[in-house]
Amino acid sequence: MAGTTERPTGFGRLKRKEDPRFIRGQGHYVDDVTLPGMLHGAVLRSPLAHARITSIDTSAAQQHPKVRAVITGKDLEAQGLAWMPTLSADTQAVLATDKVRFQGQEVAFVIADDEYAARDALELIDVDYEPLPVVVDPRTALDAGAPVIRDDKDGKSDNHIFDWEAGSEEECDRVFEDADVTLVTQEIPFQRVHPAPLETCGAVADYDAVTGKLRLWCTTQAPHAHRTLYALVAGLPEHKIQVIAPDIGGGFGNKVPIYPGYVCAIVGSIVTGKPVKWMEDRTENLTSTGFARDYLMRGRIAADRDGKIRALRVDVLADHGAFNATAQPSKYPAGFFHIFTGSYDLEAAYCTVKGVYTNKAPGGVAYRCSFRVTEAAYLVERMVDLLADELEIDPVELRMKNFIKKEQFPYTTRTGWVYDSGDYAATMNEALRIAGYDELRKEQAEKRARGEYMGIGCSFFTETVGAGPKKDMDIAGLGMADGAELRVHPTGKAVLRISVKTQGQGHETTFAQIVAEELGIPPEDVEVVHGDTDQTPFGLGTYGSRSTPVSGAATAMVSRKIRDKARLIASAALEVSPDDLEWERGRWFVKGDPEKGQTIQEAAFAAHGTLTLPEGVEGHLDAEAVYDPPNLTYPCGAYICVVDVDPGTGEVKIRRFIAVDDCGVRINPMIVEGQVHGGLAEGVGIALMQHIAFDDQGNCLSGSFMDYLVPSSMEVPDWELGETVTPSPHHPIGAKGVGESSNVGSPPAVVNAVVDALEPFGVRHVDMPVTPARVWEAIQHGTTRPPQ
Amino acid sequence: MQITITVNGEPRTAEAEPRTLLVHFLRDNLGMKGTHWGCDTSNCGACVVLVDGEPVKSCTMLAAMAEGHEVRTVEGLERDGHLDPVQQGFMEEHGLQCGFCTPGMMLTARALLDSNPNPTDDEIRVAISGQICRCTGYKNIIKSVRWAAEHGEEVTA
Repeated sequence: MAGTTERPTGFGRLKRKEDPRFIRGQGHYVDDVTLPGMLHGAVLRSPLAHARITSIDTSAAQQHPKVRAVITGKDLEAQGLAWMPTLSADTQAVLATDKVRFQGQEVAFVIADDEYAARDALELIDVDYEPLPVVVDPRTALDAGAPVIRDDKDGKSDNHIFDWEAGSEEECDRVFEDADVTLVTQEIPFQRVHPAPLETCGAVADYDAVTGKLRLWCTTQAPHAHRTLYALVAGLPEHKIQVIAPDIGGGFGNKVPIYPGYVCAIVGSIVTGKPVKWMEDRTENLTSTGFARDYLMRGRIAADRDGKIRALRVDVLADHGAFNATAQPSKYPAGFFHIFTGSYDLEAAYCTVKGVYTNKAPGGVAYRCSFRVTEAAYLVERMVDLLADELEIDPVELRMKNFIKKEQFPYTTRTGWVYDSGDYAATMNEALRIAGYDELRKEQAEKRARGEYMGIGCSFFTETVGAGPKKDMDIAGLGMADGAELRVHPTGKAVLRISVKTQGQGHETTFAQIVAEELGIPPEDVEVVHGDTDQTPFGLGTYGSRSTPVSGAATAMVSRKIRDKARLIASAALEVSPDDLEWERGRWFVKGDPEKGQTIQEAAFAAHGTLTLPEGVEGHLDAEAVYDPPNLTYPCGAYICVVDVDPGTGEVKIRRFIAVDDCGVRINPMIVEGQVHGGLAEGVGIALMQHIAFDDQGNCLSGSFMDYLVPSSMEVPDWELGETVTPSPHHPIGAKGVGESSNVGSPPAVVNAVVDALEPFGVRHVDMPVTPARVWEAIQHGTTRPPQ
Repeated sequence: MQITITVNGEPRTAEAEPRTLLVHFLRDNLGMKGTHWGCDTSNCGACVVLVDGEPVKSCTMLAAMAEGHEVRTVEGLERDGHLDPVQQGFMEEHGLQCGFCTPGMMLTARALLDSNPNPTDDEIRVAISGQICRCTGYKNIIKSVRWAAEHGEEVTA
């Protein structure tokens, strides 16, 4: 076949093992699951953002000839299932019993012979609502007299969820008092967005009343965590629950939470005795499942006149919607937002985050990022540009001046993170080189003289990914360690079982490459099993760029256990001491007699054969590992965006985008680059287009792809990538994780570029999404200089 | 009603309600799951099939309207055990990640190359602009179609 290159043994540009099925249309997604006698469910949703339910009449729907059952909140209440716990120790209504609290909330579930009939029957359900005042703007959520959204919670008399802080206010205040320059920004929102994977969320539940076994095919990024939560919530015995995540059509954090529709499908199958499929439509996906961001941030920065940044303070108001369903480790209600100190060596830092309820959909998921890291990176990278403007220093120069230096790693930040490694100046310089930064600035000056508005935006981000150490991190009480099991069959072919679940990242390829690298066998000899809780070891799943940092490490460790065992087998076979054996890729050999040795394949056969094994060595060549990461990993990157702005229309055209990522060791550079491309497109989309908006009655204005714009091929440039490689010192293969970096780093680069283009108009900030209307408005109003 | 459509060269007949969309007819009545559904509003293009050689969003066409027309789906790209160069190109250039948009993207690419065997990158960009990919950032999709244009004869020979 043309174009194929020689297959590498371990790491390298290996074509994906997943692709042959996908290019033939033979992927197997949840909606492709068809079981004998399967019924179809549909959810009735609230048209109002806040209302008391006075009655629900399902009689007409139940008389529909194709309807098998209608379930309401009252039915669930009788089973103790009307409410379920969220990933943030709150509760969420499965089907509303007392009130609806956001537009699109689940009210009833119809089960019918086919999906068309199920949706027809939704229209036959008569619900009486008594409308209540709504809370849409989080700034008013804590006002005296604001309607109390969560009156279901005992003693709840306001819409407050949490207050959280990190760093030292006292130290921060001290630095601000004696700094040459202090800058206070206006409020910088990170708007509500939605991950909008192309495949919506759904499930097929199949409960067998005779065996008591529940099989659940589900669009989940975290099948094991879901299994345990179903056991805890529904009281089903955990060994009788099998969660299967088949091929997943993109996740981006949207498929981490448990949604009411999944629970309804399970209840539906128990009630009808038949398998029940539920697939949401696009509007349901955009209006009811996990949104992201929705942070209102106000930053303050203190610096010396010569540009040494000394302190950062940020105060955040976080809109969590009607139920606190944010997905993040329990200890951190604002996720890892305290990485807002970015890539800079500071004297002091402090942040506060206040979470409130509003009458909007629940969520707060980590949309293609580690928890709240995107919000943090956007804030600090806007602040640094604002400071550069204030001090009249080139924004790149200002960053260079303040970077944590290579020799300072491991570096402890003022908010408590321990950055593992990095060479920020080298990464930045590589981006400048690819961009031709000085030439771009010359071109910009020439264009400005001609009245053309070109902007150059820079961002430099540090992410904290790979959650995380069990002593600090759990979700719903489950520690964030992941398992891996490796079996080498007698002929030397291996099966690896992992806890994480690809949604397009290519785990079947990458993880086979890790085993191949460690054992010196071809990656095509390694089958990767994942996404089925009956077939794989426990672990917390794929999000927050944790698969390679955690599960990839587990895979390397389990491979090394196999290698160590093979050494003992080789020593028995070769009749030498294990200490006399030396490893080369794929083979143990006798020191000083390299001809005499045993390959992994030979060891595998010997382990299953008649060889007498050394005392204490069990037969077979299998191993298990559970990896509890000692620290998180800290990928970084330098991004430069070049835009041209049409002052007549406000249109922003991204001409170039340069992304230099340092994610440590790259297992499969082709896949890494693909991940970076995808994150860049989503980041550009967030900066320019994506916004889940509401009117003052809480009606969602972004409930379809007609209204919620995501980038097409016409809005994205031809990405220009580069790399530096600074291995993580604590990860067994030095990898840091990369799936989300570019989505974290790109929004500030785009906004900084637009603001740079508009500098002649005195514009200092434009809120995302930077739509033509907003740009045009900024041009007309001239300065939007933040208050001092 | 009974609906008969020629799918990938074979006449296929099934009972379906008159309101059945082509995408559902292919998936649920004929059991051909390679065509995906993604949005309801004709924006995402996960459901694109070729009708008489032209890309059509099958969520926006009634199955009954396809009677008497030739429908080609992803299952019909590979012929006689030979991958279409477009399929090969998507593998070579990492033009897919989750695979959900891929069938629609490949069919649009096939239609483009049938009418324009050597398109520029801009022409490829425009051809796929009515379809959404959330994973790849489009760059490698464009490279995949270019690969197919450059290697078409080699693969099909």
